[in-house]
Amino acid sequence: MPISLNRNKVRNELVKRIEEISAQDVFQCYQCGNCSSGCPVIDYMDISPNQVMRLAQLGEAEMILNSETIWICATCLQCSSRCPKGIDVAKVMEAVRSINLRNRDGIVKPDREDIEDIDELPPIALVSVFRKKTG
Amino acid sequence: MKRIGVFVCHCGVNIKETVDVEKVTVELKKHPDITHIENYMFMCSDPGQNLLKNAIKEKKLDGVVVAACSPTLHESTFRNAVEEAGLNQYQCEIANIREQCSWVHKEMKDATHKAKVIIQTAVAKLKLNESLSAISAPVTRRALVVGGGIAGIQAAIDIADAGYEVVMVEKKPSLGGHMIQLSETFPTLDCSQCILTPKMVQVSKDENVKLHVNSEVEAVEGYIGNFKVKIKQKAQLVNPDLCNLCDDCSDICPVLVPDEHEEGLAWRKSIFIPFPQAIPATFTIDEDSCLGLDPIACGKCKDVCEAEAINYDAKTQIIEEEVGAIIIATGYDLYPEENLAEYGYGKYPDVITSLQFERILSATGPTNGEVRRPSDGKVPKEVAFIHCCGSRDPDRHLSYCSKICCMYSSKHAKLYKHKVPDGQPYNFYIDIRSGGKQYDEFVQQAMEEEELLMIRGKVARIYKENDKMIIHGVDTLSGKGVQLEADMVVLAMGIIPSAGTDEFAQKLKLNTGEDGFMVEAHPKLRPVESIQAGYFLAGTAQGPKDIPETVSQASGAASKALALLSSDEIFHSPIIATVDTDLCSGCGICVATCPYDARELNEAEGVVEVNDILCEGCGACISACPSNACQQKNFTNRQLSEMIKIVAAN
Repeated sequence: MPISLNRNKVRNELVKRIEEISAQDVFQCYQCGNCSSGCPVIDYMDISPNQVMRLAQLGEAEMILNSETIWICATCLQCSSRCPKGIDVAKVMEAVRSINLRNRDGIVKPDREDIEDIDELPPIALVSVFRKKTG
Repeated sequence: MKRIGVFVCHCGVNIKETVDVEKVTVELKKHPDITHIENYMFMCSDPGQNLLKNAIKEKKLDGVVVAACSPTLHESTFRNAVEEAGLNQYQCEIANIREQCSWVHKEMKDATHKAKVIIQTAVAKLKLNESLSAISAPVTRRALVVGGGIAGIQAAIDIADAGYEVVMVEKKPSLGGHMIQLSETFPTLDCSQCILTPKMVQVSKDENVKLHVNSEVEAVEGYIGNFKVKIKQKAQLVNPDLCNLCDDCSDICPVLVPDEHEEGLAWRKSIFIPFPQAIPATFTIDEDSCLGLDPIACGKCKDVCEAEAINYDAKTQIIEEEVGAIIIATGYDLYPEENLAEYGYGKYPDVITSLQFERILSATGPTNGEVRRPSDGKVPKEVAFIHCCGSRDPDRHLSYCSKICCMYSSKHAKLYKHKVPDGQPYNFYIDIRSGGKQYDEFVQQAMEEEELLMIRGKVARIYKENDKMIIHGVDTLSGKGVQLEADMVVLAMGIIPSAGTDEFAQKLKLNTGEDGFMVEAHPKLRPVESIQAGYFLAGTAQGPKDIPETVSQASGAASKALALLSSDEIFHSPIIATVDTDLCSGCGICVATCPYDARELNEAEGVVEVNDILCEGCGACISACPSNACQQKNFTNRQLSEMIKIVAAN
């Protein structure tokens, strides 16, 4: 299905929220791809970091929220240090994760008995939850 | 017998690495025709030239061969040195042992042998060289500028400012070209009219400038420094000296035609002034649509013209001018929109061209600067700007990049956003080319702050559904297809040479490239000169370019023309063709062969004569002549056969 564009969708509420939480302007991105070329875990992602930025520009925030990429991201900050436009891409990733975690309140409980489940979760998700719970 | 000296250059290691220069020197020392031979690291250096000059004096040489790089590089260096030492410069020959020897061979043995052969052929030629002096001709100190857009205007101003007369020819009724149609110019967003009209006024007030509008160059005869130009001026049905711009005529004129200045978005009368600041400031009658030429049909404007400026019986005139230099500034047109049927131009009124959008944005345009779409006058809330319409499509349209569309489309989006703050511009592009001072910053600012959404990918098709234009495209950056319902579409049409450039170039024997643009003498080092002597190029006639580049090129062309106009005489190489009248049968084959029109058949004498100034020494006539009557100075058949003999024997 092609992406359907219209002026209400570009810069929609969800995109604005990502921008607000991360304090980054996704429209600064000019798609050079330096974030993706430096990313050490790009081979394990379903969409590349620059595509995350691109989809945000096109108003397709749902696609980002549902991607594997945001959970694969190890927040190593390679992308943020490389970006020629000074965008903190890792913060954008973190913002998307936060939105997801807030939406699915309670899916991870550190005091859960089923330890195996916790083992299968991406470590970054656990870190985020702990940070949220303990912060 | 000539005393010939040979100087072998090492060119650092460029020659020495592959050619054994010592061996060449030692072996050629025994050559019967060589009086003196030596080698040196850089012959073109000052010490190298001194070596040559001293040897000429000390060894009493009367001919010199320098075995070095291509004659296109240092021939004049060595010829000047030879003159300084008291010899005629045509007694100096270059043996090219670099480009034609050391650079193209690997084996030292073979290259050394070849270098020796090349030097010997140069010696054989030099033995028979005549001493020559440059041909001179006087200069008519006036210039012709063809085209009254920003390129022609700038060139005319520069030449007139230097104190020389300029004859300016413009096809349309006013100066201004396409620049006068533009709204604001990137990247500074200056109002185009505001910066152009002062220059137009300057041209019109300058006593050194003679302006012919509604005119075209009909024919050019002569040669550099001495052109005779025939200019065809359309009938002046309104006398510009009498017209007082009262506008009574156009009020009463019953004929409506699409307004060219408004790119067809408005109507004008058959008697009209193209735009309020037109230069010359006069109404003009469009002969093709005026009914008054038939006395029975109409005559309304003449009836109301109190200034009695209208004369339906005026005739086309031929004006003759003499000039020394010609500047070509014939400008561009847009690639025909009809060729892009998939984008629906012509079928849907809300699919418009970039120049039409310039008029819509312009404060003096058909909508007084408000962004309203042509079909129903609504303010469009979503506008698609499509880059590369015709450009960079070698298979179906134009192979080249039109260079300015990325910038003006970004500017369009920006200006649209200024006028419709809640609107959304979308720019469909294939690459963003924003090379230029403050250009990329301009585009980035539009993306970051003006909410312009760039979408990388060509649009496949556009069709109408209800009152929306449905655009099918792709975003190659995310790999997703894109669909958009736009209220209006602006096509960034590619640039082509202005209509009639081809015939004009043929008439003047100027070269045009595959793309139809005028060809410069050298793409890097002679970008404002034509290969035809005395012609200079400015602006988009030579290729797509923006206003700053056009102005620079126009000033460059003017400066080259001024160098020509400020000399008392022009000089021309004496290496030209001659005719041996005893052998010439007057067959005239060479006349047809000559690409420079330098030959003429003298029917009374039955022989062909050469115009020394026009002859460029190409040699076409020599190979064409069946009676061996044509010879080129210092490239005679005898010289060439002596050279060939040496090559054949080795």
